[in-house]
Amino acid sequence: MTATYALLAAILAGCALYMILSRNLVRMMLGLSLLATAVNLMLFLTGRIGRMQPPIIPDSRTTLPQAATDPVPQALILTAIVIGFALTVTLTVLIVRTYRAHGTLASDAIRAADTLGDPLRPESKR
Amino acid sequence: MNASFLVDGAAVWPVLVPLAAAAITLLLRYHETVQRSVMEAAVLLMLASSVLLLGRVISFDTVSVAFGGWGAPFGITFVADRLGALGSVAVGTAALAVAVFARADIRSRRRRAGFDPMFLAMLAAVNGAFLTGDLFNLYVWFELMLIAAVGLITLDRRAAQLDGAVRYATLSILGASFILLGIGLLYAETGTLDLVRMASEVAGRPPTVARTAAAFLLLAGFALKTGLFPLFFWLPSSYHTAPTSVSAALAGLLTKVAFYASLRVFVSVFGLVDGIAVPGLATALALVAAATMLVGVLAANAQTDIRRVFAYQVTGQVGYLAAGLSIASLAGIAAAIYYMVHTLLLQTGLFLGEGAIARATGSHDLRRAGGLMRLRPRFAALYAVLLLSLAGVPPFSGFWSKFMVIDAAFRGGSTIIALIALAASFLTLYGMSNLWTQVFWKTPPERKRAVRPIPPAMLAALTILAACTIGMGLFVEPVTRFARHAAAQVTPGTERVPSMPPPAAEAP
Repeated sequence: MTATYALLAAILAGCALYMILSRNLVRMMLGLSLLATAVNLMLFLTGRIGRMQPPIIPDSRTTLPQAATDPVPQALILTAIVIGFALTVTLTVLIVRTYRAHGTLASDAIRAADTLGDPLRPESKR
Repeated sequence: MNASFLVDGAAVWPVLVPLAAAAITLLLRYHETVQRSVMEAAVLLMLASSVLLLGRVISFDTVSVAFGGWGAPFGITFVADRLGALGSVAVGTAALAVAVFARADIRSRRRRAGFDPMFLAMLAAVNGAFLTGDLFNLYVWFELMLIAAVGLITLDRRAAQLDGAVRYATLSILGASFILLGIGLLYAETGTLDLVRMASEVAGRPPTVARTAAAFLLLAGFALKTGLFPLFFWLPSSYHTAPTSVSAALAGLLTKVAFYASLRVFVSVFGLVDGIAVPGLATALALVAAATMLVGVLAANAQTDIRRVFAYQVTGQVGYLAAGLSIASLAGIAAAIYYMVHTLLLQTGLFLGEGAIARATGSHDLRRAGGLMRLRPRFAALYAVLLLSLAGVPPFSGFWSKFMVIDAAFRGGSTIIALIALAASFLTLYGMSNLWTQVFWKTPPERKRAVRPIPPAMLAALTILAACTIGMGLFVEPVTRFARHAAAQVTPGTERVPSMPPPAAEAP
């Protein structure tokens, strides 16, 4: 089970890295979201997979029972999902504005930052 | 709210104050003057609380706060030690200079675009990263920093800014994914996210495959965010597009806080100094540091746009930080800490001064500048201090920071690192002399309009930072002693094991 899970995360990360290498900004953004998913799967694995009890402390005790799962990775994934969502939204807005400003999504055609103050050009604009 | 509550929670205020003020300024978005006053008051209050925290740390060693009353294994803690508190004070000082400069630089259009809330949110995130005791929490602060920085870069929504922000955001998100993977692997091995407990779990155990993988994933992620070779290309292609106040804040704060995180993780958790670290980590750091120092300064010397000169200098300078870390001795760590504070303040000042040059001459181009020595003598004197400090001329802090790194490298047997650092210093001296000559001494080219006056707010901001570099240079002994204490505090085992030589004996 663990091996299957790890393999799945590895395949997802591989696909994600392939997409990030794309020259299309939207595909790159999707690749980054996919990478976040792969990382979340890895985080899930850190809590170990198996038949375990939900991490609830019974009224009669003050600590978690021995058979309970580790609640921390679940909290981490939840946080990571929220952060990943915020990053994806920010990046999407950025890409939409970039598309409007440059009229293209091909990252090798977007060179505005390079030409600003390029030493090889005779005199840079303000 | 009584006084003891204020003092007990000292580790939280430098984060809470700007975070609350960010929310308030967001509500006051269309009241520009009020918004600006709230921002300035918040920055002052933040600096004051950081200084209070530093005072507490000097007398109590560490100040910690556990949120919601949950102790270390379950809850998230804020732990301020000497290093964190020192970083927080430096952040406050740089933020104060930027806030003063912004009076003249950030006009109403940029304020309506949200400069104040995003600047404050970024400050909260930077202080959060300096003060948190939890590794995952550190990651969260990094992401907040990233989102705020993206907003700040695109303040004017120009094509170049959007392009720069896309490059910055995509690579930073990639780096953050590596960091998160590394954190996950470390958690799987140690079962905790608390930095202190993690260190004690790992201490004395030989490195495992998971820990080695985690170390190099974290190295890749932090190297990207610090702007180390070969992952620094996003930095010089995004920082120069932003408004001056923003470039200055980003250049001063973000790369340094990423370096702080790598120092904390590699020294405290991975035991870089005790020699039980992951194999190859120090070597990898040394290679990266050497390449960063050389590439950064060579690329900077080839530029004609002043913003790009300093953007490449940011990378060149973080190379010295990584060099100090790679020496893997207490003296090296202390040198890196002193250097971190020095370069945090100095890079902010250099970018702010660049904004003043552009204000006076109307151009960011070196070839179109000139004659400012005669026309703006007060500004020339202030900027000379900053440029000489970057070049490493005594008595400014730039000299001592380079001296400490090179001295620690020779003593630690890293002769090659020391020689490369020396070579990069000479090249920096050349670059800064060239810049000085072009901007201040050269006969100015034909100008369509007269040189404009530099607003007093800009001069005041530069005065703050020039005073810092002079102060750190003249009072070098107390600051380095503090840095050595801070280095000993982050290094596991040095304070508790009496057989180790005291840190002072090893330092220059």
